[in-house]
Amino acid sequence: MPKRADIEKIMIVGSGPIVIGQACEFDYSGTQACKALRDEGYQTVLVNSNPATIMTDPELAEKTYIEPLTTEYLRSIIARERPQALLSTVGGQTGLNASVALAEAGVLDEFGVELIGANLEAIRKAEDRQAFKAAMTEIGLEVPRSRLVSDVEDGLDFASEVGYPVVLRPSFTLGGTGGGLAYNSEEMHSLLRRGLELSPVHEVLVEESVLGWKEYEMEVMRDLADNAIIICSIENFDAMGVHTGDSITVAPAQTLTDREYQLMRDASLACLRKIGVDTGGSNVQFCIDPETGRMLIIEMNPRVSRSSALASKATGFPIAKIAAKLAVGLRLDEIPNDITQKTPASFEPSIDYVVVKVPKWQFEKFPGTEPVLGVQMKSIGEVMAIGSTFKHSLWKAIRSLETGRKSGSDVYSADLVPKRLITPHPDRLNYIRFALAEGYSVEDICEMTGIDPWFVSQLKSVVDLQQDLAQTSLDEVSPAQLTMAKRSGLSDNRLARLWDETETAVRNRRKEWGIRAVFKRVDTCAAEFESFTPYLYSVYEEESEAEPTDRRKIMILGSGPNRIGQGIEFDYCCCHASFALQELGYESIMVNCNPETVSTDYDTSDRLYFEPLTLENVLNICDEEKPDGLIVQFGGQTPLTLALPLKAHGIPIIGTDPESIDLAEDRDRFGRLLVELDIPQPAGSTATTQEGALEAAKQIGYPVLVRPSYVLGGRAMVIAYDGATVESYMRDAVVYSQDRPILIDRFLENALEVDVDALCDGDEVVIGGIMEHIEEAGVHSGDSSCVLPAQTIPDNTLETIADYTVRLAKALNVIGLVNVQYAVHEGRVYVIEVNPRASRTVPYVSKATGVPLAKIAVGLMTGRKLADYGLSQGVLPTTKVCVKSPVFPFNKFSGVDPLLGPEMRSTGEVMGIGASFGEAFAKAQLSAGHMLPDGGSVFLSVNSRQKAEGVEMGRKFADLGFQIYATRGTAKALRNAGLRCRTVMKVAEGRPNVLDLITDRRVDLIVNTPSGAHAFEDEKRIRSAAIQQAIPSMTTLNAAKAAVNGIAARKHGQPGVLSLQDLHAKGEPLPA
Amino acid sequence: MSFPATLALEDGRCFQGRGAGARAEASGEVVFNTGLTGYQEIFTDPSYSGQIVVLTYPHIGNYGTNPDDSESERPYIEGLVAREFSAVTSNWRSSQSAHEFLASRGIPIITEIDTRALVRHIRKHGALRGVLSTQETASEELVAKARSIPSMAGQDLASGVSTADRYSWTAGPPHCLPSSLPKATARGDYHVVAYDFGIKRNILRQLADIGARVTVVPCGTLSEDVLSMSPDGVFVSNGPGDPEPLHGPAAEIRKLVGRVPIFGICLGLQVLGQALGGKTYKLKFGHHGCNHPVLNLITNKVEITSQNHGFALDPDSLAPDAIELTHINLNDRTVEGFRSRKDPLFCVQYHPEAAPGPHDSQYLFEDFRQLMDAAH
Repeated sequence: MPKRADIEKIMIVGSGPIVIGQACEFDYSGTQACKALRDEGYQTVLVNSNPATIMTDPELAEKTYIEPLTTEYLRSIIARERPQALLSTVGGQTGLNASVALAEAGVLDEFGVELIGANLEAIRKAEDRQAFKAAMTEIGLEVPRSRLVSDVEDGLDFASEVGYPVVLRPSFTLGGTGGGLAYNSEEMHSLLRRGLELSPVHEVLVEESVLGWKEYEMEVMRDLADNAIIICSIENFDAMGVHTGDSITVAPAQTLTDREYQLMRDASLACLRKIGVDTGGSNVQFCIDPETGRMLIIEMNPRVSRSSALASKATGFPIAKIAAKLAVGLRLDEIPNDITQKTPASFEPSIDYVVVKVPKWQFEKFPGTEPVLGVQMKSIGEVMAIGSTFKHSLWKAIRSLETGRKSGSDVYSADLVPKRLITPHPDRLNYIRFALAEGYSVEDICEMTGIDPWFVSQLKSVVDLQQDLAQTSLDEVSPAQLTMAKRSGLSDNRLARLWDETETAVRNRRKEWGIRAVFKRVDTCAAEFESFTPYLYSVYEEESEAEPTDRRKIMILGSGPNRIGQGIEFDYCCCHASFALQELGYESIMVNCNPETVSTDYDTSDRLYFEPLTLENVLNICDEEKPDGLIVQFGGQTPLTLALPLKAHGIPIIGTDPESIDLAEDRDRFGRLLVELDIPQPAGSTATTQEGALEAAKQIGYPVLVRPSYVLGGRAMVIAYDGATVESYMRDAVVYSQDRPILIDRFLENALEVDVDALCDGDEVVIGGIMEHIEEAGVHSGDSSCVLPAQTIPDNTLETIADYTVRLAKALNVIGLVNVQYAVHEGRVYVIEVNPRASRTVPYVSKATGVPLAKIAVGLMTGRKLADYGLSQGVLPTTKVCVKSPVFPFNKFSGVDPLLGPEMRSTGEVMGIGASFGEAFAKAQLSAGHMLPDGGSVFLSVNSRQKAEGVEMGRKFADLGFQIYATRGTAKALRNAGLRCRTVMKVAEGRPNVLDLITDRRVDLIVNTPSGAHAFEDEKRIRSAAIQQAIPSMTTLNAAKAAVNGIAARKHGQPGVLSLQDLHAKGEPLPA
Repeated sequence: MSFPATLALEDGRCFQGRGAGARAEASGEVVFNTGLTGYQEIFTDPSYSGQIVVLTYPHIGNYGTNPDDSESERPYIEGLVAREFSAVTSNWRSSQSAHEFLASRGIPIITEIDTRALVRHIRKHGALRGVLSTQETASEELVAKARSIPSMAGQDLASGVSTADRYSWTAGPPHCLPSSLPKATARGDYHVVAYDFGIKRNILRQLADIGARVTVVPCGTLSEDVLSMSPDGVFVSNGPGDPEPLHGPAAEIRKLVGRVPIFGICLGLQVLGQALGGKTYKLKFGHHGCNHPVLNLITNKVEITSQNHGFALDPDSLAPDAIELTHINLNDRTVEGFRSRKDPLFCVQYHPEAAPGPHDSQYLFEDFRQLMDAAH
């Protein structure tokens, strides 16, 4: 079947910002789709609001729009670009929902755009739980008993009918948001009410519980000729009851006979056909009663998903790429298998290894929420490992998590064992190991956890092995025992600690004995055909298939699992590094363990090592590859912590010297450097004890910023206004500090924060951008909206910032990228920190300026000069205003205070591009999910220091036609200035108060600035209520000012859209 | 309980691992199977007679064994090579561990070797003769033994596994799973005579499922004896070894062509090919797995198939005016199925009865039913 000739231009909608349940995997799928369609000769129009994605690189599509994914904006883009088709299935739930909304609004019909991939009817049938249930029953598949309810009473009736616990699944929410298990009628009442509120259609499916059943997923593909194949089966280690995104999962399924597996295969294909997914990939979930084998179908996603990204990486079969080709009419047997080259894509991958995925959680970022796992996804990221056996793979995956804890170094409590095992918890796996070591039987563990005995036995065999090894020593251990240990997945580091030796001693001994890692290929076919793609993983077996080349080669260390503060932005940088190396004629070698990313696509680099980013694994690869250079500055903190040890092992690290990186992190040495350069920084000190910290804080003067050294994303930072806070911090923070001191700095209240990204070739410095933060200093830079170019900073201050940046980059001998954070306080510029590496803002600055900073940095690291890129000095220009705004996961963590502070908590970001600051800010807010109101009511509560500015703000709102509610103090100031407003009581003052206004949605916008040391209880409640009601809430005056400007801009103009290609076109920029 | 084990190949390459199963020595052609599930079906498939099987999936034995999933009355593989053999069984249907299942029938297992390296070796050098020992014999001795065993080419193994006496079969697929998908196939009432070259039970079950009473006969049965049973159709089964020595049965089956509808699977296709004047040849390492794409040239649809064969039919040896190719393998373009242009006869090289493997091709049994209907 030839590909379609009636289509020339195809639009692809991305998945927006990174949120829980929707991460880099959709950058991977969207990027693959763009590349695949371009290869087939189609023009593509890509829309996504997330600037940190590879898919929004202007090279990947004919037209790239970084715009809000709303019907209004998408319509403008369609009107401008006139695509003939819309591919809806590669942008996650967001892309699918946006596509459905366009269809339902009549936009697709209006412009004659065809939905390809999945049609509207199929999407509805798969997404609407009632329709799905009916369809499955029709083809003879069983689903859990359930009822769709739209009021609480109905739900309670059904629950008493089938018996508790029951599962709640709100319709049309992402990652199971608002879902949960109710064990009794009281819990049912509150969970159901919340679920109904969160569902855009106010419906919740109440379902019979299949807790403790075995859970499976099947990744399926189908072409227009009805050829259908299974790419991969996945078995969940955790039983039903834990969201599959929060489960440890294993590919392929381990405990199904062929008879059972084939039934599941038949059911998956029947489901796909019944739902009517014409082409592309889908994911079908099943559960099986371990006692009787009864199989139920749980759900299906008619699009590529997180699991399909995992399946693609697990098998080497690129689902999204093939899905895009099938969408334009190609058949599976017309598409070659990239890896084997000689065989077609119409086959089912066979694998001869085991793949394990482990989620990464960060509950510590959200105090106040209980670290319990359930049907709503809470993990922030994930890692995948490929190993020769389940044990080998699981242990590799756990090391990939970079918990900062060394395995075996934790303290567990025997009393907690039953609780931790029965209630799914992020630490459950460790507790299982602890319980096994304490003598619990496999049966005990299975009974408490619902985990299959086969899995638990595997854990037990390693626990037993460790106990045996602990009886010996490095001098006594036999080569056979050591081989067994390595093949079971134990790290050199773990063995070293068992024996009280150094990691290097263990490493040297095993190498002496010829026990070394070898590398196998992921080849889709279990070695039946030759592989032409070096997609590699390490095992402790006999034969290596790495076949390193003798080309000039450079290795890039990736950024590992997504976490708050270290996510897709660094993957973007690593991918760019790889592209740049290839352009410069080097062989690029990528090392990473995050299955969601573009960097772990075998297409991205010349060679891919899917490996944990630990010293042992990286050294093993270096032994095999002997790279000419190693790049550590693009992967965030992960590779940086390896930089010095790698250098000590003689690995050639290119770019900024690791010693300089270390110097910038070392308080004393860096402080001395600043003194030498005569650049001010806030008064600060270090401490290693509680007393020392208190003494230092007293000397510096409160408020102080207290944080550990050497972290990214502000992990465990606090602003302390008194000694008590410092004291409690020192008690709790030690876990994270690991031999490194605690830093204590003067906190500059009400300062303006500025972020700078710059390039340095050793002689010259070019500044990518001076980003002005919209939130005040004290809000973590990753959580602050920022704007390019700076809006309110005077020229002479900008010059000072540029001057400091140049001098710092040169002083640190930066080769490549450097990021500097400044605070501007009462007209004076202070350096807060310098990071001689790629920062979180590199993709944003690159997209705002049209200059690929990361690629140029690689050029500099390999010996080029800025002049070679036509750059000499100064600040890169921007033709439009670009605002970056963060996106937060607070709706996933009930009970958490959403007040922003020095601890970073956003998971993703969006960018708004506009002709004015206001327009750009409004777009960014919209993309972040906060629709700024055009009118209505605004609630104003401004702290006493800011009353004058608050009055100005009030006047602007009044001019825009807003009705104003204000708390007493603010109201008085407003009235004194002649403005009309209505007074509302604070929460503590009585009722009706501001909370009532919010709950009834009688206000459309909230401006509430914190007043000093502690968030008062009512402020906390205001912000929580605002988040629940999705009312935009500004907690700083800067943000509020931007909002006013944004509203004004929206009122005065149509939704303007502009592609990156037009934005950065040579010559005159096109009008928006 | 762990003991050393060695796998020695005729070209001198040896793998040292740990033993399981029986303390024994086994010899045969070493082949690999890339299926992810279905080890019990593989153990008991008579087509593996004379072969030591390497399973590429690293965990074998996880779900134990059960009475419903055997493809014959006993294991036929000579020896098993697996990366890791599970000591633990986890499945609600399991009644015996995989270890006991093989050990009690004297079959040795070697584990803890780099199975992927072995598979790559076979891919490069072709299927090799080998000896698997769990009895601590010196490697050199085993290599010498491997060189002394007869080569697969030219061996008539089918006669050795064929039934000695005819028997009848009427049992359909077992209802051993609580969940199932409805099947909407019509049933008839037919008598099928099945030539047994090592027939798999699931073929018999599938034939029973279309409404056939099957009489399984020894592979040396004469055509007149078959005709005297007044069959509605004749089935030619799968089986081990080289089809080339099976001239006798091929000649007998030749006499049935045109007189009764005929359906053949795997070795059955090769025998039918020979009966119609075709030639077979040995593949380098054969097709053994559950993921082979086959294009049905009539419907132009792709089927994912279960395969297990070391020999193939040479398409150029068949008369194009008499024979129509119906299926080809999309990986290597080898013959996967043909039908007679004038007589009611069709056959496939792969296994539509699956077990193990996907059910994409079960329609072929329905085709056979319709062919028998049409002949009435």
